[in-house]
Amino acid sequence: MTAKTPRAAGARRSQQDPAWVRWTLTAAALLTVGVLVGVPVVNVFYEALKEGLGTYVQNLFFDPDTRQAIVLTLTVVPIALAANIIFGVVAAWAIARFRFPGRSLLTALIDLPFSVSPVVAGLMFVLIFGLQGYLGPFLRRDGYAVMPYLISLLGVLVLSGVYVFLRPKQPKATLVRWRHPFLVVSVGSVAVFAVLFALQQHFAVWPKNASLKIIFNTPGLVLATAFVTFPFVARELIPVMEAIGADEDLAAVSLGATGWQMFWDVTVPNIKWGLVYGIILCNARAMGEFGAVYVVSGHIAGQTDTMPLRIEKLFQEYNLPGSFAVASLLTLLAILTLIAKTKLETKVPSLANLSRKRPAVGEAAKS
Amino acid sequence: MSIVVKEVSKTFGRFVALDKVSLEVPEGTLVALLGPSGSGKTTLLRIIAGLELPDSGTVLHQDVDITHQSARDRKVGFVFQHYALFRHMTVAENIGYGLRVRKAPKAKIRARVGELLRLIRLEGLEDRYPGQLSGGQRQRVALARALAAEPSVLLLDEPFGALDAKVRQELRQWLRKLHQEINVTSVFVTHDQEEAFEVADHVVVMNHGKIEQIGTPAEVFEHPANAFVMDFLGNVNVFPGRLESGKAVVSGLEVDYPSYTHAEAQDTVAYVRPHELVLQNQRESDASIQARVLHVNPTGSRIKVELRVLDSDQVINAELTTERFTELALRTGDVVYVSPSRVRIFTADYSI
Repeated sequence: MTAKTPRAAGARRSQQDPAWVRWTLTAAALLTVGVLVGVPVVNVFYEALKEGLGTYVQNLFFDPDTRQAIVLTLTVVPIALAANIIFGVVAAWAIARFRFPGRSLLTALIDLPFSVSPVVAGLMFVLIFGLQGYLGPFLRRDGYAVMPYLISLLGVLVLSGVYVFLRPKQPKATLVRWRHPFLVVSVGSVAVFAVLFALQQHFAVWPKNASLKIIFNTPGLVLATAFVTFPFVARELIPVMEAIGADEDLAAVSLGATGWQMFWDVTVPNIKWGLVYGIILCNARAMGEFGAVYVVSGHIAGQTDTMPLRIEKLFQEYNLPGSFAVASLLTLLAILTLIAKTKLETKVPSLANLSRKRPAVGEAAKS
Repeated sequence: MSIVVKEVSKTFGRFVALDKVSLEVPEGTLVALLGPSGSGKTTLLRIIAGLELPDSGTVLHQDVDITHQSARDRKVGFVFQHYALFRHMTVAENIGYGLRVRKAPKAKIRARVGELLRLIRLEGLEDRYPGQLSGGQRQRVALARALAAEPSVLLLDEPFGALDAKVRQELRQWLRKLHQEINVTSVFVTHDQEEAFEVADHVVVMNHGKIEQIGTPAEVFEHPANAFVMDFLGNVNVFPGRLESGKAVVSGLEVDYPSYTHAEAQDTVAYVRPHELVLQNQRESDASIQARVLHVNPTGSRIKVELRVLDSDQVINAELTTERFTELALRTGDVVYVSPSRVRIFTADYSI
């Protein structure tokens, strides 16, 4: 063994590229990454802290406009994220589990925000909701008039969901409300809608003849952010769900689990890491989003500036320490995302490997 | 609980998986659905389980129509082909899941899990995860999980398909024994006729979404209903022949075939199993054909001989007992006389 080792090492070395090639390529790669990535990142922190920690804290937390930008980002991002988690799970479920007409179109549409320039995405919303947009005149005149409808619809959806999940396992023949789900849902929906609508009108929850501002306001920021980041969760989940297949879910149902139990006991633990991975990427992108948000925000300082917009504004105003202070926050977030992503990457593929032997959904049904 | 399937049809797109299938599984029996892939056997099993909805037809459990009941209400134990164990749950959690979702008390779950672990002989492994078990162990856990809530019907989809030959053999015998002990109405899907014959009380042979024959293993093997069943169950030699007023002429041999009474001749095909061919060194009757020995496979309890018919160049397979083989002293290249001891001909509905 000891006699063989040097020869084996020699053989290995002879098959490799010469030393100078290896060293040159490695050095070139390190230099490029260092100059293009390393130095700027370090520089962000250097510039931010150049005038001392006191100024840094002052810049970050005692400038009212900057503070407001941080609060706004922390408001917009969670809402957009929540919407994308729900949408992502629903879309991934539909695409991975069902074969339906328009499935490939849906898959393509999910990717659309990746390929459309964020500025164009922002403009789309301005064209729809802006003052000169299609819905502009209506929104300005009596925008809140849609709210009772929206809220009532949401109530109907939530209650239908609750009803479907809570329906007992062994329906009793005498109880109409458990025996005819379709009837109950349709009649119940109309009733719930009417009651919710009437309640909102009666208590005048929404202002009348008031303008509902979406563009140049927080709702517009949420819409733009959600649009730009919506592929992340679905994109991560679809391959994970396809690899795992439907058998475990079906096994849970055949063992007597309700849809709700199946989802939380079996589906969620299986897709957990893929979901967390998607959420982290989605969050990072949502925090840093500039283009789409720039178009719909209107740049009103202290009102519609998010962190990236605030950085740009401070920079334009030659307030470099202030600008870099906010930038350092975003950079810190990016570094944390990177660490979490690397940690998770070891978990997600192992999940996929374990399940590679399973057949896809379609195959099982064929034989 | 008995299962009755009435005129069930199911299509996937343009593929007809089941075409008006009717089947009865008596209480307490172990039935095998046997057929090539694409014959609809798994679809039928999933429809019985409620994992798939039929396009038409009804499914009854003990005279109760359960066609539109969801899988979770049917009290059916289902064992998936690839086990489908919950990978993030331990063996004990997997087995206890069916009781947990039905809100059984914790102590009862623990007792039942212990009981089942003894039944599947995996005591001491309750804290392992499925990923830490061998294929055979996973299969047994999947079975225990399906049995935990005391289902009235047990359904198994290719239960031994993904296991190696030795483990498969052991598990087959174990399943047979288990069924005798717990006596729950069971249906399993397989494409392996040996497996079906060894384990099942009744065999249902399926092809192209239809049932070809139902019977005990002996009935199906000895009296195949048609050419497909004959061909699918074990090796078979196919001889072209003609039918003529009460006689069949097969490769120059005349066989009585009284049920065909038409004077008009008709082309037909005759089937002979390898063990139904008689080999002789000398011509002893007119009803024999000459063939040359191509290859002898002496492994196993019966000797397999491959022959080429001298007239037609057709290759046929014969099986001999070891005694007969020694008597004949066959070697590659020898010429022998072959006559069938039994011929099966399938026309419309007749066979002999």
